[in-house]
Amino acid sequence: MKKKKFLSLVLIGAMAAVFVVGCGKKAEDTNTDNNQSADQTETTTPDEPDDSGELIKVGIINNDPNESGYRTANVNDLQNFFTEENGYEASFAYSLKNDEQIASAQKFIQDGVDYLLLSAADVSGWDTVLQDAQDAGIGVILFDRTIDADESLYAASIVSDMAKEGETAVNWLADQGLDEYNIIHIQGVMGSAAQVGRTGALDDKVAAEDSWNIVTQQTAEWNAEKAQQIVQSVISAGTPFNVIYAENDDMAKGAVAALDAAGITHGVGKDVIVMGFDCNKWALEELLAGNWNYDGQCNPFQASYIDEVIKTLEKGEEPAEKTIILDEKGFDAETITQDDVDTYGI
Amino acid sequence: MQNVDFTLCEGEIHALMGENGAGKSTLIKVLTGVYPEDGEGTIHIKGLDKAAVIRSPQDAQKLGISTVYQEITLCPNLTVAENMYIGRGNNKVMNWKKMNDGANKILQSLDIPATATQQLSSCSIAIQQMIAIARAVDMECKVLILDEPTSSLDDNEVEKLFGMMRDLKAKGVGIIFVTHFLDQVYEVCDKITVLRDGKLVGEFVIEDLPRVKLVAKMLGKELDDMSEIKSENTVYDGDDADQVIYEAEGLQSAAKIKPFNFYIKKGEVNGFTGLLGSGRSECVRAIFGADRVIAGSAKKNGKPVKITKPIEAMKNGIAYLPEDRKVDGIVGDLSVRDNIILALQVLKGFFHPISKSQAYKFADEYIKKLEIKTASADTPIKSLSGGNQQKVILARWLLMNPEYLILDEPTRGIDIGTKIEIQKLVLQLASEGMSATFISSETDEMLRTCSRLVVMRDRKVVGELSGEDLTQNKIMSTIAGGDQK
Amino acid sequence: MQKKKSIFSKGGNTQLLIPIIALLILALFNLIADPGFFKISLGVNSAGDTILSGYLITILDYGSELAILAIGMTLVTAASGGQDISVGAGIAIAGSVILRVLCGGDSRAEELQAPIIVAFLIGCVVAMLFGAFNGILVAYFKIQPMVATLILYTAGRSIAAWINNNELPVIKEPKFAYFGGFIPGVPVPTTFLIALVCVVVILLVLKFTTLGLYTQAVGINESSSRLNGLNPIFVKFLAFVILGLCVGVAGLIKVSRISSINYSVIAKDIEMDAILAVALGGNALSGGKFNMIASILGAYVIQFLTTTLYKFEVQADALPAYKAVVVIILVVISSPVVSDKLSALWKKVKKTPAKEVG
Repeated sequence: MKKKKFLSLVLIGAMAAVFVVGCGKKAEDTNTDNNQSADQTETTTPDEPDDSGELIKVGIINNDPNESGYRTANVNDLQNFFTEENGYEASFAYSLKNDEQIASAQKFIQDGVDYLLLSAADVSGWDTVLQDAQDAGIGVILFDRTIDADESLYAASIVSDMAKEGETAVNWLADQGLDEYNIIHIQGVMGSAAQVGRTGALDDKVAAEDSWNIVTQQTAEWNAEKAQQIVQSVISAGTPFNVIYAENDDMAKGAVAALDAAGITHGVGKDVIVMGFDCNKWALEELLAGNWNYDGQCNPFQASYIDEVIKTLEKGEEPAEKTIILDEKGFDAETITQDDVDTYGI
Repeated sequence: MQNVDFTLCEGEIHALMGENGAGKSTLIKVLTGVYPEDGEGTIHIKGLDKAAVIRSPQDAQKLGISTVYQEITLCPNLTVAENMYIGRGNNKVMNWKKMNDGANKILQSLDIPATATQQLSSCSIAIQQMIAIARAVDMECKVLILDEPTSSLDDNEVEKLFGMMRDLKAKGVGIIFVTHFLDQVYEVCDKITVLRDGKLVGEFVIEDLPRVKLVAKMLGKELDDMSEIKSENTVYDGDDADQVIYEAEGLQSAAKIKPFNFYIKKGEVNGFTGLLGSGRSECVRAIFGADRVIAGSAKKNGKPVKITKPIEAMKNGIAYLPEDRKVDGIVGDLSVRDNIILALQVLKGFFHPISKSQAYKFADEYIKKLEIKTASADTPIKSLSGGNQQKVILARWLLMNPEYLILDEPTRGIDIGTKIEIQKLVLQLASEGMSATFISSETDEMLRTCSRLVVMRDRKVVGELSGEDLTQNKIMSTIAGGDQK
Repeated sequence: MQKKKSIFSKGGNTQLLIPIIALLILALFNLIADPGFFKISLGVNSAGDTILSGYLITILDYGSELAILAIGMTLVTAASGGQDISVGAGIAIAGSVILRVLCGGDSRAEELQAPIIVAFLIGCVVAMLFGAFNGILVAYFKIQPMVATLILYTAGRSIAAWINNNELPVIKEPKFAYFGGFIPGVPVPTTFLIALVCVVVILLVLKFTTLGLYTQAVGINESSSRLNGLNPIFVKFLAFVILGLCVGVAGLIKVSRISSINYSVIAKDIEMDAILAVALGGNALSGGKFNMIASILGAYVIQFLTTTLYKFEVQADALPAYKAVVVIILVVISSPVVSDKLSALWKKVKKTPAKEVG
C-alpha cells in the first residue's frame, strides 16, 4: 500500500515537472530563422535622444501560440525581435480568451509599460482598458487583428487584409484560363476574419461568372481530416471538379490526401488545381514540388512593422496611416523558388 | 400477486406476514400506487362512496395512506424540518419559522429526541426512522404502512417506536406493520394477515394464532421444533477437533475498537454478541482485513499470517459474509451466476477466468443446494428477494470452500424459513470440519447455533461464555456489565 | 452453433439491438435518399495501388479510430462510472511524441530517425503514462473522472506542442502514411485492419482474463468488490491505462493520415464521439455492466451518421447539433419513464398477468 502511494506521488511529481518545464521552455524557445531586422534597430537606437541605454518597455498580448502554425510563427517573430539587443524590454501574455487578455492588459498598464501591443481574441470589450492606457500615457498598437473601439484609443493598427488575400487568390485562379471552374470550397471556422475575407472574394467571383461553379462549400474548421472527409464525400458522389480552394494549408493537405487515395492527379499541369493559404513551409515545399498550385500568404512577420511605428512615435510623430496593411504575397507553383520557401515559409 | 383480500380497521395494528417473496411488498406497493393494480380488484376507504383510485403515490397520500419504508427515503443533507415538510406544501413559499416550529411541536408530541434545524444525517438511523414516521403522521394519515421499520433499531429504540405506534392507534390510525420479528408482532399487533406465494393464506386475530402456527402458515408446512436444531446436529469429532484454526492477538483496526484476542477451533461455531454498535461487526471485519488493521497479529493453523486486505484473508481460507447485504454484499446488476463465482474467481486470479460452462455448473449446483429462488442463473441478483440474495452471497463464499466462515447478521431481514435453513447449513458444515463465527441481533439464534460466545460492550471484549453459561440471562447480564451473579 | 447462440442470448441481445437498429435506420434512410451511397468501387490511388473506395469504405476508415477509442472508453466508463474527456488531447500528445521520435527533433528531417515501430511504442507508453495520471486522480484521489481529465483536456495540446518545440514536423517517408491510408496491395483501409486487431485483442483479453467481471463488479459496487478481494483502485487505474493504450494507437492513425500534426485541431472533440459510441452501445454512462461489441458497433454508427451528414452537405459546424439530437433521442428512449411505458404497453398487448417478485 505504502509503496503504491509513494509511486503515485512520484508520478504526480513528474507530471507537475512536465507542466513546469513545458511552460518554461515555451518562453525561451527562440531559435527560428527570423533576424532580418536586427541590424536595422542597431542603427536606429542611437538616434533616440532621450533613450540612451534605456530600454523601451512593451507589453505584448497575443493569442495562444498553439492556435496554429501561423500564430506560432507570429509569436516567434515577436519574441525574437523585441529583445534587449534591439532596445526593448518585453513582457508577453498569451490567451485565447478576451477577459484574460484584458486582465493582462490591466497588469501591463500597472507595470508602467511604454507601449501595449495587442492581438485581441475578441473584437469587443476593449474600450475601458484602452482608455486607461491612454490616460496613463501608454501607446497602444494593434497588430494582426482589429477591434471595435474608437480610433483615437490606439496609435496604429497593423493588419492583414483578408479580403485582399482572397482577391489575390481568386485573380490568380481566373488567370489560369480554365474553360470551366468546378470548385470544392473548404472553409475555415465560420465567422473568423480569415474565413469571411477568403470566402467573400470567391463568392463574388462565382456570382459574377457563369463558368464558375461551386461543387460543394463546407467548413472543415481548419481541420485537415474534416477536409479529407468532405473531399472524399464529393469523390464518392462522383461529381466532377477541377479546383480545390482550401482556406488554409492544413485543409488543402487533407483534400490532397483524399485526391491521392482516389488516384486523382493534382498540381501543375494535372487534373485538379490545389490552392491553400498561410504559406506553411511544408506547403510551399509542396508548391516547389509542383503538387499544389497556389498558396496565399497571411503575413505573420509583423514585428518590424510594429517597430517602425514605435520608432515614429518615439520621435514624437504620428504614423502616416492609422491602419497599416501588411504586405502579402501569393505564390504560384510555377514561379516559386527555394529562396521564397526559406524566407516566407512559417 | 393474485386475488388478495385485506381489511384494516380504524385504530388497529395489523401485521402483514409472509416469507420473502410472498407478496408483502407487492401488496404495499399496490396500496400506495407504486405499482398500478391491473384492472381487477378494488380499494375502498372509509368516507368514500366508490372505490378509490390509486395510480400514484400522490393519490395514495391524498387518500391518507402514508408509508415508511425499510430503507430511509429521506434526504440526509437537509434538516429535520425540511425533511418533514418537503414535497407536500401546497403553498409555494415556505415559511421557515412556521415550518421549524411545527416540526418541533410534532417531534415533542411524539417524544422524538431531535430538533427541527438539525441536519438529518446527524441523527441515528433509529431517529431518522422515527422522523420518517413523524412526517407520515403529520400528513394526517388514516393508514400508516410501516415496512420493516425495526430492522435497524435496537431494543430500546424498538420500544420507543412501539410506544409511538400505540399512541397513533389510540388516535384512530390504522397501521399496517410488516416485519420478520415474530416477538414484535405479538407485542403490538391486533391482527395478522398471512400471505404465501402471492396468495392470501388468511386473516387471524392474534390470540387465535400462536407462534408455531403462524410460522407454519407462513411456510405452508409444519415446522420442526426450532429449539432442536442444535441437538440434532452432530458436533465435529475429528482427531484434530482441538486444533486452533485461527488466532488473533491484540488485533485492532481503524474502526475504533479496543485491541482484542480471539481464537477459533476446527469445526467450532462461536459468535460475537453485544448491542448494536458494541463493536461486534468491527471485530470480524478486523479479522477479515475489511477495515484497516492498525495493531496486533494473527495466526492461521499456528503459523503467523499477515491479513490486512480481504484478499489475504481469502487466501488463508477465511470468508466473510458482510452485515450490510446491499452495500457490501451483492453486486446488484450482475447475474446470480457472476455473484456466486465472484470470490472464487478473484481468488483464482486475473489470468485464470472460470469458463462460462464451469460458472453455470457452479451456479446451478448452489441454486439447487441452497434452494435459491431465481428465474435463472442469468437473472440480475438485484431482482431477487432479500433472503435469496443472502443465499447467493452465502453460495459465493461456500464455493470458495473456506476453512473458516464469518457470518455477520446473515439472517437479518430474511424470512423465518430461510433463517433456519441458513442456521442448519452452518451447523452442518461445522460438523464436517468448517469453523464459523456467527453474529446476530437475535440472541436465541445465537444460542441455537454457537457453542461459545464472545461478549462485547463499548467496543471491547468484556467476557466469554460457553457451556452452561450460555443462557439468555447470562448473556444479558454480561452485556449489561452486571456479572456478579 | 449452440454456443454461438448462447453468447447472443445471454444478456447481450437486447443491448446489441440499440446500435443495430440505429444502423438500420441510417442505412434505410440512405437507401431511400440515394442508393449510390452503398456503391463500393475498386480504384487506383496515386501511388498506383488498387484500393476500395466509396462511402461505406469511408465509414470503415474513420469509424475504426473511433472504435479503438470506444474500447478504452467503455472500460473506463464501466469501472469508474465517468468518462475521460482528455482523449483528444491525449491523441495530440501521442501523435506529437511519435512525430518527435521519427524526425528526431528536426522537423524537416529527410529520413526517419527511428523505426516507425519504435516511435509507435514510445507514443503508446507516453499515452499510457498520461492515462495512468488520469487513473491515479480518479482511482486513488477519488476525483470525478470528468473533472480529473479536465486537467489534461486543458493542458494536453500545449504539452503536445511543447514536445515538438511548437514546430510542425512533416514526415516524408511514404511508409508512414500506410497506417492512416492503405498498405500497397491491400485494398482495405489500414485503419480498419488496425481496429480489427484491437477488437480481436480486447475480445481475447475479455475471454482469457477476468477484466470484464472485475471492471463491472467495481463499477457496480466498489465496496462489495473490495470485500471480495478485489482492489478497486487498481481496476480503475487499469481501465485508464488501457484507454491510454487505445489513445496511443489512435494517435498513430491520426498523425499518419496527414503525415503531420496540427496541435489545436487534431482529434478535436473526438472524446465526445467516443463517449457517444459507448452510450449508443446501450451502456450506462454511470458505469457497471457493459457490452464491448455494442460500443464498437456504436462507434461505426456514429461515423455512419457523420458520413451521411457530409454526403448531404450539412455544414461541419452543424454536425454536433445533429449528433446532439441523436443523443437526446437515445437518452429519452432508454430512460426509465419510456421503458416503463413501453413495458406497460407490452403487458397490455400480451394480456397476461405480470408475475411479481416481492
